[in-house]
Amino acid sequence: MRYLPLTDLDRSDMLARIGVGHIDDLFADVPSPLLLKQPLDLPRRKGEIDVARALGRLASRNVAASSAPFFVGAGAYKHHVPATVDHLVQRSEFLTSYTPYQPEISQGTLQYLFEFQTQVALLTGMDVANASMYDGSTGTAEAVLMAHRVTRRNKAVLSGGLHPHYAEVVRTQSHLAGDDVVTLDADVSASEDILSQIDATTSCVVVQTPDFFGNPRDLCAIAEKCHANGALLIAVFTEVVSLGALKSPGAMGADIVVGEGQSIGNALNFGGPYVGLFATRTKYVRQMPGRLCGETLDAEGRRGFVLTLSTREQHIRRDKATSNICTNSGLCALAFTIHLSLLGEAGLKRLARINHANAVKLADMLAGVKGVEVLNTSFFNEFTIRVAGQAAQIVEKLATKNILGGVPVSRLLPGKGCDDLIVLANTEVNTDEDRAALVAALKEVL
Amino acid sequence: MLNNQGRPTAPKKLGAHEGKTFSGHRGLLMEEALIFETGRIDATGVDLDEPAAFTPRLGTLAREEEIGLPGLSEPETMRHYVRLSQKNYAIDSGLYPLGSCTMKHNPRLNESMARLPGFADIHPLQPQSTVQGALALIEELAGWLMALTNMEAVAMSPKAGAHGEYCGMAAIKAAIEAKGEGATRRVVLVPESAHGTNPATAAAIGFEVRSVPAGEDGNVHPQAVRALMGPDVAGIMLTNPNTCGLFERQIVEIAQIIHEGGGYFYCDGANFNAIVGKVRPGDLGIDAMHINLHKTFSTPHGGGGPGSGPVVLSSRLAPFAPVPFVRRNGDHLALVEDKVGTQALGRLTAFHGQMGMFVRALSYILSHGADGLKQASEDAVLNANYVRARLADLMSLPFGNRPCMHEVLFDDTWLKDTGVTTLDFAKAMIDEGYHPMTMYFPLVVHGAMLIEPTESESLASLELFIMTLRDLAMSALRGETARFEGAPFLAPRKRLDETRAARAPVLRWTKPEPIVDAQAAE
Amino acid sequence: MSQTRYTKDHEYIRVDGDVGIVGITDFAQKQLGDVVFVELPQVGKSVAKGAEAAVVESVKAASEVYAPVAGEIIAVNGDIEGHPGLVNEDPSGKGWFLKLRIADASELSDLMDEAAYTAFVSACS
Repeated sequence: MRYLPLTDLDRSDMLARIGVGHIDDLFADVPSPLLLKQPLDLPRRKGEIDVARALGRLASRNVAASSAPFFVGAGAYKHHVPATVDHLVQRSEFLTSYTPYQPEISQGTLQYLFEFQTQVALLTGMDVANASMYDGSTGTAEAVLMAHRVTRRNKAVLSGGLHPHYAEVVRTQSHLAGDDVVTLDADVSASEDILSQIDATTSCVVVQTPDFFGNPRDLCAIAEKCHANGALLIAVFTEVVSLGALKSPGAMGADIVVGEGQSIGNALNFGGPYVGLFATRTKYVRQMPGRLCGETLDAEGRRGFVLTLSTREQHIRRDKATSNICTNSGLCALAFTIHLSLLGEAGLKRLARINHANAVKLADMLAGVKGVEVLNTSFFNEFTIRVAGQAAQIVEKLATKNILGGVPVSRLLPGKGCDDLIVLANTEVNTDEDRAALVAALKEVL
Repeated sequence: MLNNQGRPTAPKKLGAHEGKTFSGHRGLLMEEALIFETGRIDATGVDLDEPAAFTPRLGTLAREEEIGLPGLSEPETMRHYVRLSQKNYAIDSGLYPLGSCTMKHNPRLNESMARLPGFADIHPLQPQSTVQGALALIEELAGWLMALTNMEAVAMSPKAGAHGEYCGMAAIKAAIEAKGEGATRRVVLVPESAHGTNPATAAAIGFEVRSVPAGEDGNVHPQAVRALMGPDVAGIMLTNPNTCGLFERQIVEIAQIIHEGGGYFYCDGANFNAIVGKVRPGDLGIDAMHINLHKTFSTPHGGGGPGSGPVVLSSRLAPFAPVPFVRRNGDHLALVEDKVGTQALGRLTAFHGQMGMFVRALSYILSHGADGLKQASEDAVLNANYVRARLADLMSLPFGNRPCMHEVLFDDTWLKDTGVTTLDFAKAMIDEGYHPMTMYFPLVVHGAMLIEPTESESLASLELFIMTLRDLAMSALRGETARFEGAPFLAPRKRLDETRAARAPVLRWTKPEPIVDAQAAE
Repeated sequence: MSQTRYTKDHEYIRVDGDVGIVGITDFAQKQLGDVVFVELPQVGKSVAKGAEAAVVESVKAASEVYAPVAGEIIAVNGDIEGHPGLVNEDPSGKGWFLKLRIADASELSDLMDEAAYTAFVSACS
């Protein structure tokens, strides 16, 4: 077995040195009728050629985003990731290291986390950010818990523009913890009355911008009403590139900003692993979940970094911890920070302009298609269309023409009267040919 | 004529260098500034064409303020992160005996498989007809996990071990509520030796934690469980093999007590890597167990994630598994994404789980096969016992010199009166080129040192590690404290001031105040 | 005349009339290590005997500070919020946590006196 250095001779020498006759003597604590004497009746070991063939066969049964005109978004986005990013992420010293608990020999990880935290704080317009969460959805659920700790209340109000999966994760968690949740109806046109939901019992309001349907949302009035009632505003995003073009949630008064960072540095990966971004105001930092890296000095007075404020965490606080999380999304955060360092302010803003320009082009083209109505008046790189017919069937028909033409809203909100809606995303990878192909195919299937 | 030009080709004498340099670099060890100190607001390492003029449709919310992000060209980026990487210890560079963390070899085949466009470049919401291979991969991995554990079902979506614990305990709560006992069964039993995530998870789901004392022998005893079991108990969270590196000898009896009392048995599967192919958790009476794919099946730790924590479930809990799950209809695989019409406990994450980790784990499992997985467990246990046997004469074993599983636990009794602490001893290992073992965990042992060598170490590598630890131990016992106090001396940084970091936290870079020349200002 | 009493959780209460000054003992601060953060209660709040009154954190540990006796919190030591190191440097002086108006002086008799606490600590270590 290529991964196991011990040989049979080594093994027998070692057993003798330990003073036992057989390997199973070391498993003596296992109830003996339950100890398996033979390998399970499952396939035997395989060499690289066979493994690559077996997995390659599975991979070939999927349609990769890069192999077709591709307009699927709704929480995960196809962007170009520079080759440098994946090369660096695969450095042994990043890939095969553990959580940086020994700072003397983990400064590499710690420094990039410190840089990552700063980038996230700058992007979101907040004071501080943590070293990442599992993803945007679990981060949102953690943000709600944090708001409950800060306000000592337990009722969350979820906007109807929040990604339906995110809302479902919050509801599941709240049910288990015995907290209250109010979910507003699906809000395609960003016209919901969220202000009237906020009162002195509200812990937090969760609003996504751009929302699930693509509408950028002005948070200022919501923030004001929240603060007047002692509640927190949690701003959520699923497309982090939008922060290069849109006013930051921090500038609009959000108390916690949380979202999905996949778009920068990370592949689609069929939904994971991704990287949750989480930022807040300095005054709430001790209620923030997740790992935090901080700057300090070593015994020689040189700058260095350590994990800090860890008394919030489960390994010290146990059942009083702020969260049960003990992992961040280290390598995905590394990919994010490398890609964002390469982009810089100039590159990110340009990337955002290209995304927006491409989406505007597509919206204009679709507006001329009979049976298609573009619903958004404003959007970033994603918008919702109403089609004459069942959206799910239309998207399937497009797929048979090798066009991945967006997400039918009914897939995430079944039975909610959204059967004729499709959410379409456009990024820098989409070409004029892609858009023309989509429009032509839509004309055929409608 | 003789040509006497050129350099000397053998060293003449050993020079001296006090270690101070102008640049701050020390030979190959480079100091590296922050990107905020070297980057520029107008620099970029990505070439993108400005779009043709168009009318934006951002409404009133276009960004006007500066973000403040520095940019780097590609060569600067490469050098920055390569230099940072060189300040990290890694499995690929040395033995990483971090107990309970399972720092084993990360095969690169798994990395290349995960990067196949058919896996890495597919969207979680594209039509299911276009991702049948991905669903088949999830089904195949799930099949392996169920077979290796002899369990009825597996929830694949949890994002990491702690998230898996959350999923398993949520399933238990859902099962209890379905029986109408939600209001009465509110207590979860957790041994003192448990990972901190266990009580944190139980509390997050609204359970009250009741602590089970550990026995003198490092095991949890049935009588201790029986004494705490009652109609208010929802279940137990037990780690097996436990955090002392021991198999819970009476786990079957404990499971019986819990089941007879109407509770459920959650097993923390963090140490499953010791017993894969040797014993199946389902045969022990377990109702739910998470599997850390990043430990047992070697998807890389990546400096602290991403992990992946599928949860296997017994038939009693299977109906409550969260959405989504894969359902087979003949040749077609479908994702069940909506809980309506099911007993699912809800949804724990957007989309379908850590697909990138599933590919790596399946690649690892197929490479090993049933025979290789069993051999890997045996080698992990053999290596740990070899370390135990070779150090037992110098270092103290809190539960006697009995066989351990994949990790061996020492305490600090043997360091008493040497002036050397567990921390000093571990930090001195860094100077010797080793990552320290896990320290001060589990909490049930004083000054704990938990060593997990894994199956990835050759006998020669283990020998050098053991001889190094023996040399350090004898040095400590001789009272040579100078080697330990303030160690490490040879790492990129000396000990860091954690008190300073926590008292006045600096959690991000901020632009330094401009230096004002006081005299010029006057 | 003031007297000082101790709990098994290593809080002290220095009693002067019906007011008690509460903090953690020298033994407790040494066990915790460098204190990096304290969380103090609101003045005016009433606490039961043994209830959580404050939180003290070091780099490696977090502990609750329990009220040795029932009472109303009439003052807290804001200095230790800005300079938590005071708890290490002078636990029984500048490092005090809070002042209680003692509700029931008879509860003091449940606590240890100096000699009993010294014996208790030497048994702990």
